[in-house]
Amino acid sequence: MTDTTFAPPIEYAYLITGVLFIVGLRLLGSPKTARLGNRIAAAGMLISLVAVLLTSGFVSWPILIIGLVCGAIVGIAGAQNVKMTAMPQMVAIFNGAGGGAAAMVAAAEFLTHLDAQSITPDVSITILLSAVVGAMSFTGSILAYLKLQELMTGRPIVYAGQQIVNALLALIMVGASVFAVYTCATDPTNTTPAIVAFFGAMAAAAALGVLVVLPIGGADMPVIISLLNSFTGLAAATTGFVLSNNVLIISGALVGASGTLLTLMMGKAMNRSVTNVLFGAFGAVATSGASSGASGASSGTVREASVDDVATMLAYANQVVIVPGYGMAVAQAQHSVRELADQLESRGVTVKYAIHPVAGRMPGHMNVLLAEANVPYPSLFDMEDINPDFPRTDVALVIGANDVTNPAARYDTASPIYGMPILDVDKAERVVVLKRSMKPGFAGIDNALYEDPRCVMLFGDAKKSVDALTAGVKRV
Amino acid sequence: MSEQLLTELTIFILAVFVGIEVISKVPTTLHTPLMSATNAIHGIVLVGALLVAGVEAPRLGAILSVIAVFFASLNVFGGFVVTERMLTMFRPRSKS
Repeated sequence: MTDTTFAPPIEYAYLITGVLFIVGLRLLGSPKTARLGNRIAAAGMLISLVAVLLTSGFVSWPILIIGLVCGAIVGIAGAQNVKMTAMPQMVAIFNGAGGGAAAMVAAAEFLTHLDAQSITPDVSITILLSAVVGAMSFTGSILAYLKLQELMTGRPIVYAGQQIVNALLALIMVGASVFAVYTCATDPTNTTPAIVAFFGAMAAAAALGVLVVLPIGGADMPVIISLLNSFTGLAAATTGFVLSNNVLIISGALVGASGTLLTLMMGKAMNRSVTNVLFGAFGAVATSGASSGASGASSGTVREASVDDVATMLAYANQVVIVPGYGMAVAQAQHSVRELADQLESRGVTVKYAIHPVAGRMPGHMNVLLAEANVPYPSLFDMEDINPDFPRTDVALVIGANDVTNPAARYDTASPIYGMPILDVDKAERVVVLKRSMKPGFAGIDNALYEDPRCVMLFGDAKKSVDALTAGVKRV
Repeated sequence: MSEQLLTELTIFILAVFVGIEVISKVPTTLHTPLMSATNAIHGIVLVGALLVAGVEAPRLGAILSVIAVFFASLNVFGGFVVTERMLTMFRPRSKS
């Protein structure tokens, strides 16, 4: 910034953008105004982009425009074609792109400053922070994408000495960063060690991003996606420090706050700290613990029901509460579920949906799927609001959800999910569980619900089962 | 710490508080669109990428910054479009 009386025009554009982002996010607080909010935020983005393109004395226009246009085409094409069930992957990709961009801007800045021999510790520290956080977010998001897209196993990957390897990498990352800052300050003419240390720190951060996400299992994804979101926000903010750019600082801070808040909410919904999610290797431990106890106990006592039994039960109910889970997303059953609900409602049955905060693979995942199937959002209830309703419910219909309905979380202190707030489906008159097979859920533990005398199982693909139920209800 | 960095840090911290205040009012039903909108917002790093890419001498830094422009642009445009697509699906109670 120059010390003239008037700030350069672009600073005003940045200010407007910052305000529009905040107003936009504020409007995202209600379904009625959310669309406007998104558009206001987009307008804010446009203002800064146009301003920066108009006011900067660019030397390499063509290549910039090519990069810009290609990115826009790929982004828009992806955004328009992605299935709603795949939204977590999409968010992971965008996250990675943002983090990667921040890291690369930092690297480019580092090289420029080195060239000019103009690096103060202020600059080198912020550049390294931006590079390291951005690189971690980039590789972590890519790995999360691979897991969510099932291009690799969604189960936790653990190996001996995992934490030691991670700690060593973290040490290398910090050590290389400190050395880079030090050597820039003491010996600015000799750039080679600084460059080696800088890219060493970035490489260690990138490796760490992969290794930290590796042991995270599918059901913990809501936490990790939120965390990566907050990391990319921080990376953008630190890039703002590097470039002395206020709009980057403000936007990054907003996103960082949002991601952190969501991360904490998700952790709370699972009764686990974020550290526990990151370093607990939850699924793996639980699987080994449960497989010994599970083998004999489960199979004998569950009751299987026929489609007609369940259809009759639903048709003559006063109130049915549908509990969707990731299984509904996998089977793409949301439209079928809506048809069943329509059919029931036309018979005078009250249908509500109970959404657990960590159902699915990202915060609010189920809500988006049901919205896609035209389920009006006032029918969707949060856990705290629906739980008092279960004792007045005739049938709780659980579709592809498991651990979030396990009553063991309330009383079994030995259970890995003990203490996790659950949906009280077992308080309903009857419970019907739609499930592919008796395979345990993500936590790898048996669900005590299935042995409850009031609970019946309907095995098969969720979509096919729901379609069969709809036909069954029509026949009643 | 330079005075400028301190000022920037102040802006950052205040923005964090604003963020917490605003975000905590978003209902759970909108958490996925919220996340994808904030995702698009961190694409603002595109501004940074353009600033760096536009003035860079042609070498490794230039290549990196053009890739950064591509990534950030993907982030911005994809993020806002997908959020818009999601939000059009949210509707209040109605028939049909």
